[in-house]
Formats: sequence, C-alpha cells, structure tokens
Amino acid sequence: MLTALTILVDGLVYSSWLFIVAVGLTLIFGVMKVLNVAHGGFYSIGAYTAAWSVGLYFEAGWAPLGSFALLILSAIVAGVVLGLALERGLLRFVYGRDEILVVLVTYAVFLILENLVLQIWGVEAYLAYQPNTLLGTTRLGGLAFSNYELMLIPLAGIIGFGLWWGLNRTRTGKILRAVIHDREMSLAMGVNVARLFTATFVIGAVLGALGGAVTAPMISVTPGIGVEVIVLAFAVVVISGLGSVPGTIIGALIVGLSRAAAVHLWPEIELFVIYAVMSAVLIVRPQGLFGRPHLRRI
Amino acid sequence: MTALLEVTALNKSFGSVVAANDITVAVADGERIGIIGANGAGKTTFVNMVTGYLKPSGGTIAFLGRDITPLPPRAIIAAGISRSFQVPQIFTSVTVADNLLIAVGVAEGGAFPLWQSLRGAARFAAVAALLERFGILAYRDQPAGLLPQGVRKLLDIAMATVRAPRLLLLDEPTSGISAEEKFAIMDVVMGATVGARRAVMFIEHDLDIIARYATRVLAFAEGTIIAQGAPAAVIGDAQVKRYILGEAPSLRRAAAAPP
Amino acid sequence: MDGTIRALVLGAALLAAVSFALPDWIIFLATIIIAKALVVLGLLILWRAGLMSFGQALFYGVGAYAVGLAQLAWGLRDAFLLVLIGVALAAAMAFVLGFLLARYRDIFFAMLSLAFSMILYGTLVKSATLGSTDGFAILQPRFLGLAPAGPAAKHDLFLLTLCLAAAAAYLTHRYLASPLGALTTAIRDNEIRVEYLGYSVERAIHVSYVVAASLAGAGGALVALAVGHIDPDATYWTSSGEFVFVTILSGAGSVLAPFIGSALFELLRAYAADYAPYSWQMILGLCLLLLILFLPQGVWSLVARLAPRRARRIAAP
Repeated sequence: MLTALTILVDGLVYSSWLFIVAVGLTLIFGVMKVLNVAHGGFYSIGAYTAAWSVGLYFEAGWAPLGSFALLILSAIVAGVVLGLALERGLLRFVYGRDEILVVLVTYAVFLILENLVLQIWGVEAYLAYQPNTLLGTTRLGGLAFSNYELMLIPLAGIIGFGLWWGLNRTRTGKILRAVIHDREMSLAMGVNVARLFTATFVIGAVLGALGGAVTAPMISVTPGIGVEVIVLAFAVVVISGLGSVPGTIIGALIVGLSRAAAVHLWPEIELFVIYAVMSAVLIVRPQGLFGRPHLRRI
Repeated sequence: MTALLEVTALNKSFGSVVAANDITVAVADGERIGIIGANGAGKTTFVNMVTGYLKPSGGTIAFLGRDITPLPPRAIIAAGISRSFQVPQIFTSVTVADNLLIAVGVAEGGAFPLWQSLRGAARFAAVAALLERFGILAYRDQPAGLLPQGVRKLLDIAMATVRAPRLLLLDEPTSGISAEEKFAIMDVVMGATVGARRAVMFIEHDLDIIARYATRVLAFAEGTIIAQGAPAAVIGDAQVKRYILGEAPSLRRAAAAPP
Repeated sequence: MDGTIRALVLGAALLAAVSFALPDWIIFLATIIIAKALVVLGLLILWRAGLMSFGQALFYGVGAYAVGLAQLAWGLRDAFLLVLIGVALAAAMAFVLGFLLARYRDIFFAMLSLAFSMILYGTLVKSATLGSTDGFAILQPRFLGLAPAGPAAKHDLFLLTLCLAAAAAYLTHRYLASPLGALTTAIRDNEIRVEYLGYSVERAIHVSYVVAASLAGAGGALVALAVGHIDPDATYWTSSGEFVFVTILSGAGSVLAPFIGSALFELLRAYAADYAPYSWQMILGLCLLLLILFLPQGVWSLVARLAPRRARRIAAP
C-alpha cells in the first residue's frame, strides 16, 4: 500500500515537470512542424540559470521565499533569450526544408547549447537545494514527501489549464489552433504566421526552461541532463501524438507513472521502461494516442 | 462473355459519411466504360476500392472470378488491374525515363537479380517505345518534378499501362490537358489498351470524351450509380440531368467512332 | 566496370599497399574510420529510401557485444568468425524488429528505432554480468589460425576491415544500381506509386533495414576488435546521433561518400580533442549547422562537381 502511494506521488511529480517540458515541445511541433531537439538545451540552460542564480541569491542573503520567483524568472529570461535568438536568428531560414534536415539543425543547436553550458558553468554540479528544503515535508501514510515536489503537481496543472484556456478561449489561441490544423489555409486567411511562429517558439522555449528551472532544486545540476531529458520529452510527445496539448497530459502521466512503478517494483527496467511503453503505444496507435493520421489526396 | 470485373453491393462509409452505397456493376472484356458524376459523388472512391487502396465497408469485388476485395493494391496490380490517378503519382526526383525504367523493371522481374543494372538495353527499348507512344519523348531526361501537368498525367498513365493490364482504370485522364489535345491523348491511351481481352474504365467530366470513346456510361451521384447504359441514353436520363449535367446540357454531335 | 567501382577497387588496393608502410596509429585510425563508415553506409541505404534511423547504435552495440560474448562464452578468437557472428546477430534482430518498424515513417521510424536502442542501453547498464557501465574487454583476435602479435595483429585487422568494407561497398553499389535499388529510392518519392507498380514498400523497407543493421553490426564488431573494449555508451542515442551526423556530412550520392565523410569526422574529432577538448560538441554542432545550411547534399556533392558526370542518356539501340 505504501509502495502504491510512493509510486503515485513520485509518478505524479515526475509527470508534472515532464509535462511542462514536453508540452513546450509539442506546441512547437504542432504549430511550426519543427521537431526541436534543442529543447533539451532549453531545459539544461533553464536548470543551470536557475541553480546558479538561486545559489547567488542565497549567498546574498535575501528573503528565502523570493527564490521561487527567481526560479520562474530564470526560466522566463532563459527561454525568451534563447527562443528569440534561435527562431529569429536561425530557424526562420530553414522552414520548409526537408523535415529531417530541420531536425538536424535543431540537433546541431542542441550540441552547441550543451557545450555552451560547459563553457559557462563548467563541469561541477550545481546544487540549488534551498527552495526544496524551504517548504518542508508532508507526512502521508508514514512517509515524508517534499512539499516542493508536491507543489509541482498543481504547477503543472496551472500551466496545463493556462494553455488550454489560451488555446481555446483567446482569439490568438484559436488562430494558433487554426495554424496547427492547416498552415496554408491560415496563411491564405491573412494570419501573420511569422509572428505567430516566433511567439510559439518563445513560449515553447520558456516552458522547456521552466521544466529545467523547477527541477533544479530536486536534482544535482550537471552537464548532460539535457541529453537525458530530451529523449524522454520526445517519448512523451510521440506517445501523446505530435502536436496534441491535451494528449501530452495523458502521455506525461503514462510515462511518469510507468517510470515510478519501474523504479519501485522492477528496477532492472527503470532505464528503458519509457521506451518500451512508447513502442507499445505506437504498435497499438501508430500516430500516438491523440495524433491525427496524415491523409493524402490521390 | 464472362465478366472481367464484378462488383456487388459495394458500400463504404466514413463514420456517418456515406461515400459509396450499394454499387453493383459488371465489366466485360472489350468494354470502355465512362464514369461521370459531380465532384464528391464517389467516383474516385470506387476506383480506390476496386484497386485495393480503400477497404469497402461491405460488398464484394471479383476479378476474373476471384475475390479481390481484401487484397492490397500490389496484389491487385499483379492480378491484372491497373490505374492512373487524378493527382498524377510519379517519382518526382528522377527523370521521366527513369520513372518508366523503374516501372518496366518492376513489371519484368519478380526476383530482381542484383547483377542486373536498371539501365539494361532491352529495358531502354521498351521505355523508348512507351515514350514514343505517349508522345512524351521530348521530356525523356527531364526531372519528373518539373513537368507540366499534362505531361505528368501522361507519364502516370504510361506507368499504369506497363504491365499490360486486363482492366485499366483512369481517373480523369484528360484533366489538365488542353482542349485541342484531349482527343489526341485519348486516342493514344485507348489505342494502347485496345484488344479483345482488355477493358478500360475512365472517369471524365468532359462529355465529348465520354460520347466519343465510351461504349457504356456509369453515372454516379452521392455514392450510388443512378444510371448506366449507352452514352446517349445515360446523358439523356432525367436523373442524370438533375444531379450531374444540369437541365439543358449542350452536347456536340459525337465524332466518328474511335479506332 | 563503372567509375565508382573502379575508384573503389583502386582505392582499396592503394590503401592496402600503402598500409604496410604506415605507422601504427594511422592504421588504427584507418580501421576505425572504415569500420564506422560501414555503419554510415547502412544509413545511406535507409536515407535513400527516405528513412533516417536514430537507432543504429543498437546494431553497432550488438555487433560489438556479440564479439565479446562469443569470446567469453565459446572461446572464439578468429576475427572473421567473430565479425560474422556480430553481423548475424544484428541481422536477426533487425529481421524481427523490422516487421514492426517497416510500418512507420519519418519521425515515428526515427523515434521507434531510437527507442529500441535505448532499451538495449538500459538493459546493458543494468546488467552486472555484462559489466554494466564499465563494459568488458575484447581480446586480441586471431586471423586464419595465426596469432600475430601487437602491431601485426592491428595491421591484419585493418586489412580485414578494408576487405569487408570494399565488398560491402561493392554490393551496395550494385544493389542501388539495380531495379530493386532504384525502387527503394523511389519509395522516398512516392510510396503509393511503388505499391501501384506492384511492389511491397514494407518489404523493401524491411530488407533495407536488415541490410543497414548488418552493416552496423559489422562496424561495431570491427571497432570492438580494434579498440579491445566495449561498453554501453556505444548504444546510447548520442552514438546514433554521431552516425546520423556523418551520414549528412557524407551525402548520399555514392557508396564512396561514407568513407570520405567518416574520415573527415574522425580527423575532425582527433584535432578537436587535441586543440579544443572542451569544445568538441560545439565544433561538431557548428559544423553540422554549416553543412545543413550550405552543403545539404554532403561533402560528396563537392566531389561529384569535380568529376564530370556521364550524362544520363538512353543509348539508341
């Protein structure tokens, strides 16, 4: 029983931050049809920026509670800067090229970003544990769970809700969904797709960085976390169905809970259970859970 | 005459959309069947089902007495049916000649010996003959992706004829071809497929083509065949006028019978 | 004998002759370059069909681990036999996985192939018997019953690698020039048309996948023998990523391209390790970026421009 609780909580926490990262990825793909491998770089730079700034913040001795705002702020700054630079400075020149080539461009950027992390922050681990310990723990069924980690669950919920609301209730959101559905038609209707692309990419980048920023207090921030996370995020996105924001919630939950279950029940498969799940999903639903099959006019 | 193709009670629904409803038709050797109908009437859906691209929701399709309903396109092609497409399906990154070399290469060899180059002498000859017959010799070395629409159509049809099919289905063979050239193209296509043990079904919007080349006409509307028979009869049919042609179609007197 | 085959035979003969006079470290590097080029050759075949596998590391690793296991479990030492086992295992695996994979395209093909390789990675890391993250050592191989020492063994391995690579390149070239090869390339253009010409796209992809896997297995086996060690990093997705990088670097224009691309890549890596060890990834990334932006057809497109191509004309009979 206790194990089930642990799996549930661990799984939900894991799903939460993974959702934040993956939803940015799927949004970028859905709108721009770009598979952004560099998203892993957003994650790691978000994590490093957060960890580093939080470290400085606490050294300066400022009000501890402000560190949470700092996490969010780091993510926004990192995301906006990287997102703008990348989209305006590079990506917009490769739209329309062969899909695989665009992926390779983002892969190249990812390599550069990962190295940038090394150059700026070096090889030692950054530990920004303070926000995590600040909030204390909650006892559930005799086990102690970090309140900080538990907070990630409603945070993911808020972001999920915010995105849903943005996509369904605002004018820009509806236009965005139109572009996701049919870019050519949207262009024909006079939508400023270029500006929308930039906005989407920046939002996606911020989400990626946010995933890293909120995770930073939970882990030891080291080079290479981006490499691990990007494949996980991709797995979630593929499971969910590329471009489907609601699907990502389900996808993230499946991945998070499977991994938690594996860690506690069957550690031998912990490292690859996600890929096994992804394979299983693709076998049953080749387009992912909420993906739309691509039809062809003949 | 035994039926070449026998379609019985064929229907197809996509959820609540009925694309085909109770289609029954038999095609015999030597027939040239024109298919008319408004856009969305189910003509291409019909061809898609007969050639295995789409699985019908119900009904059967028999070719030479054999049930081909569950078969995939490649099996149906091997059995002797072939088709051309409304949107020409060609290999855009290689030349016209290569397109046909590949088509001929596939038609010839089941086992594909590794030692044979694609560009064997015999195959060149076959391809040259095809290019000549369809009048696209001038485009031989052009990348297929850069072709004008009419030439694409011809290439598409040429590729469909490579296996000398018993039944050839053409989806709007003359769309995208200029008015003056339509008859010439149809002469070529029909001539390439003439023969007692062959049949052709072609979807057409141009009534002149129908009148000139069809021995029988099928009129589609909203997924069903609302009329079939001799061209004049079908074109004059009240239902056909109502659903497809409009009340007062102007029909030029049919030209002399095709060769 | 067409130009490519002529170049292949001459190049291989030249390399073999010259190798007797080259220093050991060049022999070693050359072995690695050629072995890894085999993996890229497999990717070239898939790329021609319009598919990019992000999981060749699976077969690369399988080939390597098969060599190690065959040595441990059966005491086999003959180099050729070991490589053969690696290839056989990789091919068998690809045959099975291919039934599933051949139904997918684009990103799904890429992700699924990546998933399989990550499953292997996860299994290997957790496997204490296989040495987990440390891996284990590969023993010096024997050649036709002879057990040469040190440098001579390395040289023999190089010659074996060269022969296998030349054979593989030759066969691949014949394949691509055959109707089946042209058809596989046509899949990339228009799958529907291929099906409507009477050929099974799924089967063509399945075959290509098995061939690519076999080549990757051979490459992995040879590298393992050359390096003398194997660990799970060989199966990580970044390993697959490197192979993809070299594929793009090389270009898909000729079976000779992967060898040139692989050589450039390894030389680049060697120099970067010397002069800028902390910037290797950045250099790699920048090069890849520049390649895609300015030379998307790969380095081979430069070579092709130098040698005038015979016009593709149909000869009049």
